[in-house]
Amino acid sequence: MTEKNHWDWDTAEKMVSDVREWRDRFPVVQEFVVSNDGEKVAAVVEQEKQKVAPCVNGKIWGEAYERVWSLKFLPDHRLACAVLRDYEWTVVVDGTPWEETYDFVWNMTFSADGEGIAVNIKKDNGFGVALNGNTWEHRFVETRDLVMSPNGRSTATRVKTKRIATLDIAGFAEKALTVAVDGKAWDSHFLGIWGMTFSSDSASIAAGVKLDHLDFSVAVDGNIWGTSFPGIWEPVFRPGNRDAVAPVKTGKGWTLAINGRLLWEKRFSQVWGQRCSPDGQHIAAVVAPEFGVWTIAVDGLPWEMTFGDAVLFPAFSPDSGRVAAVVKDKDRYTIAVDGIPWKENFDMIWDPVFSPDSRRVAAKARKNGRHMVVVDGRAGQRTFEEMWEPVFSPDGAKMLMRYIEDGKFYRKVVKVEEI
Amino acid sequence: MFKVERKPVADLGMDDTAKGLAPERIEKVMRWVLERESDARLRTYVETCIHCGLCSEACHYYLSYKRDPSYAPVSKVRQTLWDILGRKHPADGETVKKYARIAFAECNLCRRCSMYCPFGIDIAYLLALVRRICGLLNVAPQYLQDNTNSHIHTFTQSWVGQDDYVDTLQFLEEELRMDILNARIPLDKTGAEYMYTPHSHEVTFKTHLLANMARILNVAGIDWTMPSTDGWENTNQAMHAGYYETMGMIERKHFEAAFRLKVRRILAGECGHAFRAAVYDGTRWLGWKTPPVPYVSAIQFFYELVRDGRIRIARKIQEPVTVQDPCSFVRNRGLGEMLRYIIRATCEDFREVTPKLEHNYCCCAGGGVINYGPPWKFIRMEGGRIKVRQFRETGAKIVIAPCHSCHKTIEEMSDFYKLGLHVLFANELIVKTMEVPEAMRAVQQKNEGTGGV
Ligand code: SF4
Ligand code: SF4
Ligand code: SF4
Repeated sequence: MTEKNHWDWDTAEKMVSDVREWRDRFPVVQEFVVSNDGEKVAAVVEQEKQKVAPCVNGKIWGEAYERVWSLKFLPDHRLACAVLRDYEWTVVVDGTPWEETYDFVWNMTFSADGEGIAVNIKKDNGFGVALNGNTWEHRFVETRDLVMSPNGRSTATRVKTKRIATLDIAGFAEKALTVAVDGKAWDSHFLGIWGMTFSSDSASIAAGVKLDHLDFSVAVDGNIWGTSFPGIWEPVFRPGNRDAVAPVKTGKGWTLAINGRLLWEKRFSQVWGQRCSPDGQHIAAVVAPEFGVWTIAVDGLPWEMTFGDAVLFPAFSPDSGRVAAVVKDKDRYTIAVDGIPWKENFDMIWDPVFSPDSRRVAAKARKNGRHMVVVDGRAGQRTFEEMWEPVFSPDGAKMLMRYIEDGKFYRKVVKVEEI
Repeated sequence: MFKVERKPVADLGMDDTAKGLAPERIEKVMRWVLERESDARLRTYVETCIHCGLCSEACHYYLSYKRDPSYAPVSKVRQTLWDILGRKHPADGETVKKYARIAFAECNLCRRCSMYCPFGIDIAYLLALVRRICGLLNVAPQYLQDNTNSHIHTFTQSWVGQDDYVDTLQFLEEELRMDILNARIPLDKTGAEYMYTPHSHEVTFKTHLLANMARILNVAGIDWTMPSTDGWENTNQAMHAGYYETMGMIERKHFEAAFRLKVRRILAGECGHAFRAAVYDGTRWLGWKTPPVPYVSAIQFFYELVRDGRIRIARKIQEPVTVQDPCSFVRNRGLGEMLRYIIRATCEDFREVTPKLEHNYCCCAGGGVINYGPPWKFIRMEGGRIKVRQFRETGAKIVIAPCHSCHKTIEEMSDFYKLGLHVLFANELIVKTMEVPEAMRAVQQKNEGTGGV
C-alpha cells in the first residue's frame, strides 16, 4: 500500500504508448499486459517467424526468442516471462534471464511484493519448482500447480512420488499423491490432493485430500484432520493463526468446518469459495440455500437476495466490515455489496475492488463491446476499447484508470466523483 | 426362446476388486446410495413400473442380441436394483460383480428406452445408481477406474501433464501457422467470447482435431482462448463410474476456469458425454440448475458459423454420407437438425438413417463403455449390430459422428464388420470444405484444400 504513495497521482492524463503503431511494425502483437501503476504497457510481438520478444512501451526488450509466454508485470512493475531459446526454457525478469535452463516451465507465480518469482519446471524427465532461479534439489515423477507463501520464500506443489503405470489401479490405490514444500514431500500420501494454501505466517500449508470414495478430509502439513466427510472443498487459513476452514458435506447438506469441527450451524445445498476477513474475525462463502439458488453467507447468515446463475468468490473490504461479490442472473453480470446488487447489469464484470477506506466499490465492466469503470453501481460516462481494473489512490479520493482508446494506451487519474 | 450366453470377460477392475469385498461394506454402500442419496425419483420409478416391457424394443442391446429378454431395459433393472431393494441377505462380491456387468456393460445410459415407456421411467438413471454402488465398492472396469484416477489428479482422463498440455498447444500453433497466416491459440486471454474445451485426446494422440478447431476459430475470426491451467479438459469419466464427487470437482474446475478468464461462453468439443456432464449431471450435482456459463456444443457453434456466413463453404463432399446422432447431443439436447444443416451444407449426397434424430440408436459406446478398452470390445461390436445394419442400409461411405465415443466405436465396427466406412468429426467436415480466404493463407500458392484433416 505504501508503495502506491510513490505513484504519480497528479498527472491527470498521460498517453503512455501508441500501441496501434506497434501493429504496423510487427506482424503479430499478442495480448497487452500493463503494470499496476499504469506506466508501462507490454505485449509479446513477433518480428518474423520464430522470432518473438516482449515489447514494452514500444521498445523491444532484450533479444528475440523462439517462444515467449506467460508475460506478466510483477507487483513491483518489473516484467517477467518464460522464454524458449536454443531449445531451452528459462525465466527472464526485466531483460535478465535466470542462469538455469529447463525443458519446460509453467505456472509462473509471485509474491505480493514481487520479490519471490517461481515456476514449475521440468528437467531431464524430473519435475520440481524453481524459485528466483534456484531449483529444488529433489525432483519428482510429476508436479502440478504451484503456490507461494505470503513472504515469498516458500513454494509448494502437488506431486506424485512414485511412478504408477497407466492402468495400474492397484498401484494407484497404494497412494502416491501428496504435497511437496520447498522440495520435501509430506510423509503421508493420498488418493487425491488439491487446493493447496499457505497460512498467513507462511509456516503451514493445507490441502483437501481424498482418503476413499466417500471419505474426504483436510491435511495440514501432512496431518489429516481427525474427522472426515463425504465431500470437501479447498481449505483456507484464517489470517493471523493456523486454523484451517473448509466447506464440508454432511448428511444434511454442506456447511463450513474449522480444524475438523463443524463451524456453521446452518446447512446449505452447496458451500464453497470461503474467504476470511483481513482481521480474521469473519468468514464469507458462496452458498446455495436451496438447489439452483445462490448467494453469499457471512458467518453462516445468508444474504436475503439470491441469484439464479451463479455467485463468485466474496471479497472483504480492508476494514473487514463489508463483503462484495460478482453475481450472475439470467446471463447478466453485476456486483452485490452487503447483499444488495447494483441496479445496472453488464455483459461481463470483473472482480470488485474496495477503496482503502472500505467505503466504495469499483469494478471494470463490459457492455456492448465497450469497457467502463463502475463505482458503487454507477457506470462511468466514458467507455473504452480495452481497459484494466481500476486502482484507488491511497487516500481513496482518486482513481487510476488504465485503458486503450483510439489505439493508444493511457493512464489517467480522476477524482472518484468525476468518473 | 433364444437365449444369449454371456461370454465371460476378464477385467481386473471387477474380478480382483470383487474378491475380498466384505458384506458389511457392501451393505453400507448400498444403504448410503439408496437411502441417503437417491431422491424421490427412485421410489416413484420403482412403484410406477408395470413391467409391461414396452421399453424392450427401444434398447439396441435387446435388438442386437436377438430380443433376448434378459437385455430388456426393465429386466436389467430387475436383475440389479430390484434385486438389491428386495434382498433379505447381504450381497457378496460375486453378486456385486454381476450387478456391475449389467450396469456397466449392458447399458449405455443412452435413455432411448425412456421415450418408449408410457411413464417415461428413466431406466438410465436407475442403472446409473447401480453403477454408483458398484463404483463406490471399486467394482468397475479397470480402464474406467484408471480414467477416473487420472481425473482426480490431473483433471484430465488420460494423465496429461500440465507441461505437456501447454507445450502441445504452443507446438500446434506453430504448425497451424504453416497454413494460416499468424494463426493463434491464445492462452489465458481474459474477456474473450469463448473458452474452448477439448477432449484430452485432442492434446495427446488426436491433435489434428484441436488444430482443426483452432483453424476454424481463426478463419471465422472468433475471439477465443484456452486456459493454461487444469480445468481445460471437458471429459468426465467419473460420471460414468458413479464417482460423483470427482465428477463435480471436474465440472467445477471447468467453470471456474471460465469465470477466471471472464469468457462469455464455453465452446465444447465434439464429445457427447462431456456435454452431458457439463450441462446436466455434473452441473446439477454441484447445485447449478443450468451451466453457470453458457455451454455451446461444437454442433451448435458450427451451425451458427455456416448459417451466419462466418465461414464460407467452398466445396462439397461428393461421396454418400450418413450420420450418427450422438445421444447426448441429439436425444438429450435436440441438436439433430443443426447437425443435418451442417451436413447438407457441406455434403452433396446425404443419406438419412432410420430411425433418426432422437429415435436413433446409441452406437453402443456411450456411458463410458468405449473407455473400458479391449476386454470389452466384443460387447461394443455385438451390441452395435443394429447400428451396423442401419449404416449398411444407407449405402453411405462416410459417417459423420460428432462424438469421440461414437466416432471411435464406429471406426472399430467398420473394421470388424468390413463396412468400408470412413468416419468424420464435424470439424473435419468443415475443414475439408471451408474456404480459407486468400489473405489468410500462409503459403499463397497453396490454394486447394487446407490440410489438417
Ligand atoms: S442402453 Fe439405452 S435403451 Fe438400453 S437400457 Fe440402457 S438406457 Fe435404455
Ligand atoms: S416400459 Fe416403463 S413401465 Fe413398462 S416395463 Fe419398461 S420401464 Fe416398466
Ligand atoms: S457414445 Fe455417442 S451414441 Fe453413444 S451415448 Fe455417447 S453420444 Fe450416445
